[in-house]
Amino acid sequence: MQQPAGNSPSTAPHARRLPPELGILLVLAGLALTFELLGWAFVGHSFLMNGQRLVVMVLQVAVIGVIAVGVTQVIITGGIDLSSGSVVALTAMVAASLAQSSDAARAVYPSLTDLPVIVPLAAGLAVGALAGLVNGALIAWTSIPPFIATLGMMVTARGLARWYTHGEPVSMLTDAFAAIGSGAVPVMIFLAVALVCNVALRYTRYGKYTYAIGSNPQAARVAGIRVGRHLILVYTIAGTLSGLAGVLTAARAVSGQAGMGTMYELDAIAAAVIGGTSLSGGVGRITGTVIGTLILGVVTSGFTFLRIDAYYQEIVKGGIIVAAVVADQYRRRRRAALR
Amino acid sequence: MDLLELVNVGKTFPGVTALDGVSLRFRRGTVHALVGENGAGKSTLMSIIAGLLPPDTGELRLEGRPLRPASPREALESGIAMIHQELNLMPFMSVAENIWIGREPVTGLGFVRHRELRARTRELLARLRLDVDPDAELGTLSIAHRQMVEIARALSHRPKLLIMDEPTSALTEREAQQLFMVIRELKAQGTAVIYISHRMEELFAIADEISVLRDGRHVGTDAARNLSRDTLIRMMVGRELHRLFPAPPPPPGAVLLSVHELCREGKFRDVSFELHAGEILGIAGLVGSGRSALAAALFGVAPPTSGTVRIAGDTVRLDSPSAAMAHGLGFVTEDRKESGCFAGLSVLDNLEISVLSRELVRCGFVEARAARLRCGSMLSHLRVKTRGLDERIDNLSGGNQQKVLIGRWLLTRPRILILDEPTRGVDVGAKAEIHELIAQLAAAGTAVLLISSELPEVLGMSHRILVMHEGRITGTLARSEADPVRIMELAAR
Repeated sequence: MQQPAGNSPSTAPHARRLPPELGILLVLAGLALTFELLGWAFVGHSFLMNGQRLVVMVLQVAVIGVIAVGVTQVIITGGIDLSSGSVVALTAMVAASLAQSSDAARAVYPSLTDLPVIVPLAAGLAVGALAGLVNGALIAWTSIPPFIATLGMMVTARGLARWYTHGEPVSMLTDAFAAIGSGAVPVMIFLAVALVCNVALRYTRYGKYTYAIGSNPQAARVAGIRVGRHLILVYTIAGTLSGLAGVLTAARAVSGQAGMGTMYELDAIAAAVIGGTSLSGGVGRITGTVIGTLILGVVTSGFTFLRIDAYYQEIVKGGIIVAAVVADQYRRRRRAALR
Repeated sequence: MDLLELVNVGKTFPGVTALDGVSLRFRRGTVHALVGENGAGKSTLMSIIAGLLPPDTGELRLEGRPLRPASPREALESGIAMIHQELNLMPFMSVAENIWIGREPVTGLGFVRHRELRARTRELLARLRLDVDPDAELGTLSIAHRQMVEIARALSHRPKLLIMDEPTSALTEREAQQLFMVIRELKAQGTAVIYISHRMEELFAIADEISVLRDGRHVGTDAARNLSRDTLIRMMVGRELHRLFPAPPPPPGAVLLSVHELCREGKFRDVSFELHAGEILGIAGLVGSGRSALAAALFGVAPPTSGTVRIAGDTVRLDSPSAAMAHGLGFVTEDRKESGCFAGLSVLDNLEISVLSRELVRCGFVEARAARLRCGSMLSHLRVKTRGLDERIDNLSGGNQQKVLIGRWLLTRPRILILDEPTRGVDVGAKAEIHELIAQLAAAGTAVLLISSELPEVLGMSHRILVMHEGRITGTLARSEADPVRIMELAAR
């Protein structure tokens, strides 16, 4: 009810609107500064002026970030993916089993050692994609709610990861494979993945359809979008990114263990939500998710830096997640009131 | 005596003055109609009275005392109930629960007294002459019945002032008449009713007084009997409207769509008809007669269970909207909120979404500049009132949203366009523009299937009219032989 009378519609983009990520960026800066001040007050040196700490800080959350980029897209469609952490474990196992060096005493596949690094990488991505495909197909074809479908995958994938080697860890991996997870490589991969998906969401038909489905699935169908097919694609992309995260995890640890990735799905969802992605669908940006991921990183390394117990970390993290959701609700209510 | 008095009420939203010093009086036992084009400020004004929005300036006086409801609940407690245009009910709860939610009769231990709840509901529904089981799950009811339940809920509060925003937009003629009887009863009991509607015939049938708003200002108030339809329209739009419907376009061309014995179990059966290029084929019938189900079947939303459809001579399978689209069909649904708009997304996103499946995309990337140009010129072509392509669709009025949805399909250049209630909840000015547009489309060779509950619209626009009753076509009338009486005979026999 509030449009100006008779304005001719402009085709030019809106003049410099504040980016929606500004608020959350300020939170990130505020948190970093708080730790900086507390650092000088209690520890006696700087939190931020330490290149190594900054690299480690991002490194810690790079794997979560890769998953979060996929989960953000799932949440934008109005869905959820609870299986990421378990898929990380499964793909880490599979990738590691194909990345063993010939020195391994009891290799999983004794005849398949010293393979080129592309093999475990491709296998990890493929297993992740398959898990995502199953999630998507279940959701699209059986109309099971995403929560339930991916909950099933969460349990199943964890079981498969344990069954794969009967619980034995897979170790003695090739140096080439370990290189994927060393140094700043995971950070590079995280940023590259975020960049590609950001472009995809903002400038491609894939992105337009993703937002449309999240905003109103019924209208999307009537508008001629093949909603089922698109959902399968989105969940497959999320699964593939979980697979990539699994490969990175195995490479960083230079081993594969069935317990890897536990609770990663929740951290990834938290990063997306903190970054402004709405759990009711249709709203969210990758840039926000990247900032959300960095907030998780700052909190983790800030607490470690201040030598505060890990328990407090979790408590604060929980508080931040709830605050982010409350902020989202508040924004939406204000919008609704403006109508 | 005045029940409610508004003095100089003003409200500004970022960039827009929605209400500019509006003063109005509402009397007991009077139906006071409020009219104006979409965007005139009616809904904002009602939101202020119902406690959904605070006014920026001015004041409200209820029975002489200042009123400043901070929430719908406070407004209800002061005796003001509002029936919203869009339904606010819980689909998985029963009718009774929906009506009495939060006010259920309970025992000392807090258990709900179900028997009493049912009895009270029955009494209320009987007053509305509504034959619905209090235990029925709301989601299983038709839209019309849901609307009546919403009305029942408002009445259950025994309000002094009842605000009705387009209460008949989802009702059939008969249900609307029942509603009018209820309104007259309420009036006799001293209730004041504020009635918002775009349907002129209704206003003159039910209103005692009519006030007109235009661009946030109060243009005038008079007794309904002193006003004519033409004066009212002039007051609303501030300019002369030459005619409500465009002149009938030239006679149609070759058969484009041919439907043979189409059925969808439980919805419609044995539907056969032909639609020509350049023809506007109206479908009349009561709500629930299968009109909308037929449209949904033709567009593949709820595919038919048997029968054949041929487009330009080829038998086609329309088992999904994307398949229908590929055959050159377009479909504007009856429910903007439910299956039309992408809330929260921009006007641009809402416009371009359908055309993207075939055009304006290269290697998966949207050709943003070309898309903005095409959508921008569509906005001007349709005369959509908006600040621009980046405005959120939610910020547009109903009529402008509807234009955007029609524009979404026009961008795909459909051969056959199905329009289900294209002017529901749309103001008079926009309505005339939409009618003009439909006539232009047909003149350019598009085949149009026009479903409408408004007889003047079907009669004024169509070359031929199909009438449906209980899932069957009960008659086909040529433009020359169609009149309201014949249609109603076929629709309600």
